Amino acid sequence: MSDTRPPIAMLAELTHRCPLSCPYCSNPLELTRQDSELNTEAWAGIFRQAADLGVLQLHLSGGEPASRRDLEALVAAARDAGLYTNLITSGIGLSERRLRALDAAGLDHIQLSLQGTTPEMADEIGGYRGGYKRKMQVAQWIGEIGFPLTLNAVLHRRNLHQLPRALEMAVEMGARRIEVATVQFHGWALKNRDALMPTRVQAQEATRLVEAARARLKDVLVIDYVPADYHSDVPKRCMGGWGSTGLNVTPEGLVLPCHAAQTIPHLTFDSLRDRSLKEIWYEGAAFNAYRGTEWMRDPCKSCARKTVDFGGCRCQAMALTGDASATDPVCHHSPDHAALQSRAEAHAASEEAALVYRDAAGSAAPVPAE
Amino acid sequence: MRGAMRGEEIPVLPRGVRLHQDRVRGGWVLLAPERTVALDQVGHAILSEVDGKRSLSEITAALAEAYNAPQDQIMQDSAGFLAALRSKRFLEVVTEVTAEVAT
Ligand code: SF4
Ligand code: SF4
Repeated sequence: MSDTRPPIAMLAELTHRCPLSCPYCSNPLELTRQDSELNTEAWAGIFRQAADLGVLQLHLSGGEPASRRDLEALVAAARDAGLYTNLITSGIGLSERRLRALDAAGLDHIQLSLQGTTPEMADEIGGYRGGYKRKMQVAQWIGEIGFPLTLNAVLHRRNLHQLPRALEMAVEMGARRIEVATVQFHGWALKNRDALMPTRVQAQEATRLVEAARARLKDVLVIDYVPADYHSDVPKRCMGGWGSTGLNVTPEGLVLPCHAAQTIPHLTFDSLRDRSLKEIWYEGAAFNAYRGTEWMRDPCKSCARKTVDFGGCRCQAMALTGDASATDPVCHHSPDHAALQSRAEAHAASEEAALVYRDAAGSAAPVPAE
Repeated sequence: MRGAMRGEEIPVLPRGVRLHQDRVRGGWVLLAPERTVALDQVGHAILSEVDGKRSLSEITAALAEAYNAPQDQIMQDSAGFLAALRSKRFLEVVTEVTAEVAT
């Protein structure tokens, strides 16, 4: 594609290891083990390639990136490459000493996840006892050091009532920004739709609370909101279009157009062990599969919004219709829309479904004998 | 809700917001948490003068001289841009930070 522009952002999944086991984890069901992870030098080289390609923003993610002992060195390498460096963390694994080292390495910004606003809720959802207490301690150190902070509250049927408190906490912590993200159903979350699907009433209430908070906290707290999309009539935009603004690198060096792209079975992904980032971005089969609008069929093909939302989410079209080039069923023009809405109602009405936690495979915890 | 930035206010880029030369696309950008703002010439000229010490009037007066343009015009051209940066918390004002600390 000749009109492909350089990417702006790269998400580096440094590891799939994580002390938590959130039931909506966006990591793939098949987790990469520690011995397959790229080493420090390999990542440093990838950061330089990314900057040369035009990437400006780097998100260090996981799993839990703090599970990497070389996180400080990775941040330093990213800053050396000239990238704006953001750490996406649960806080677990960060000590005051490590945070000071990250500060010295030039870390630009921290995004701290919030599983709940009480220890009971947060530790149940994260599947990690004591996690909430530790996170609050980490938040305090972040404030003392002065890192710019975004709080990332992930919300679903079990904790949506805690949204008002999450907003207060963001202000108390001195965060400039909060992401209020209703769970998106990819990866592990697909197994937990009965347990996590918000009700339509909850979804509407969340939207109302966010709008009120945006007015009340103008100039204090920036609120980015991801609504519950199964209950919506308008699909979420797929980035700025598939393969147009960002890319993902997995712990072992596969380059993906987005974190969920591996759920589309016919796509093939290139590895940075074999090809350069530039080649993969411009020529990789997975990147070109849904670039632009050529791949679309009706109703998207003849729709005025096709360059706005790009037909919605490819991974969701795959998960819900079995066809990744279908219109995202969230869209009211989709022939599958009515079925999705009743499915959403049914998921939301299922009482007391147990949480299915993410596996610990590849984690720091002892791996059970197989 | 705040209005336009006043001349006597002292703008400052908070930690985590910085100017960056985009060597691949050309030009300058402002890098901030989860956001990249492409800067036009006036935007870049003003932000590169922002040092947390000089007021907006001082900055625009200096630019007026350097570019031989009326200061009012520079203030007008940049008002919307500066207000938008401020509402996203990409730009802050020094006097206010001091006031917050004092309370
Ligand atoms: S028909 Fe396709 S392009 Fe149009 S709004 Fe729906 S998803 Fe978007
Ligand atoms: S395909 Fe879906 S999950 Fe992937 S970036 Fe687009 S909207 Fe997001």
